[in-house]
Amino acid sequence: MSDTTMEMRSDREIVISRTFRAPARILFDAWTRADLVSRWWAPKSHGVEIAHCEADVRVGGKYRYVLRKGDDEFAFSGTYSEVTPPTRLVYSHVFEAFPDSPVTVTVTFEELDGETRLVAHEVYPSKEALAGALSSGMEHGMRETMDQLDALVAVLL
Amino acid sequence: MIAETMTALAEPNRFRIVELLRDGPQPVNDIGQRLRMNQPQVSKHLRVLKDAGLVDVHPRAQQRLYELRPQPLQELDQWLARYRRLWDERFEQLDELVAELTRKNQPTSRKKRK
Repeated sequence: MSDTTMEMRSDREIVISRTFRAPARILFDAWTRADLVSRWWAPKSHGVEIAHCEADVRVGGKYRYVLRKGDDEFAFSGTYSEVTPPTRLVYSHVFEAFPDSPVTVTVTFEELDGETRLVAHEVYPSKEALAGALSSGMEHGMRETMDQLDALVAVLL
Repeated sequence: MIAETMTALAEPNRFRIVELLRDGPQPVNDIGQRLRMNQPQVSKHLRVLKDAGLVDVHPRAQQRLYELRPQPLQELDQWLARYRRLWDERFEQLDELVAELTRKNQPTSRKKRK
């Protein structure tokens, strides 16, 4: 199995990818079905476990994953805006501690010869960043966003 | 700070300056010539890069030489590495799960049907 690759595509985009030796429909299920997500989404070696996992996988449907580390719980949720099994998914992703900073995630599953390349493209919010303007508003917005991701990673690892 | 580094690098011309300085320290004039920017522009961008800790200035003879400081880029790299480790672990777990699901899906279902 190939290694995870991660690339910063701009100041607000991260692209994560990996190839799995499995058909796309199985990966799509594993990525979306709550009973399956609960088996891989928590970084277990860091003492994090899934406390709760639900997902209504259709356009406009919502999901909510709750992680537990010790006595603390961290909830992540979002809404699906595109559901095209088994090739493409688009949804928002919110760390509920920072509800104003939804990340837009586009996941594609590309099957070739029994292997599937999974690419998750995460776009962090900041209109100003999109315009490429360096207003103080953007600096503020981006700082919040990046702090959010940083906080999130710190919480999980 | 990661956010300052990213803000400074977000501007395409500043990113080009950082890329150029990877080849070694350069005076303002050379940076301007090689990137086809006028000196006030270059100076403005260098000031932002300096404030973000991405470059240092060293006087040499009549010139001021701009040099890349690796620390902020290393911090950014470390920050990304942490996020990558999180996904690495998730993907390891996902890998095991899909291998199990794939096994269940193919030979066993055929066996059951016999």
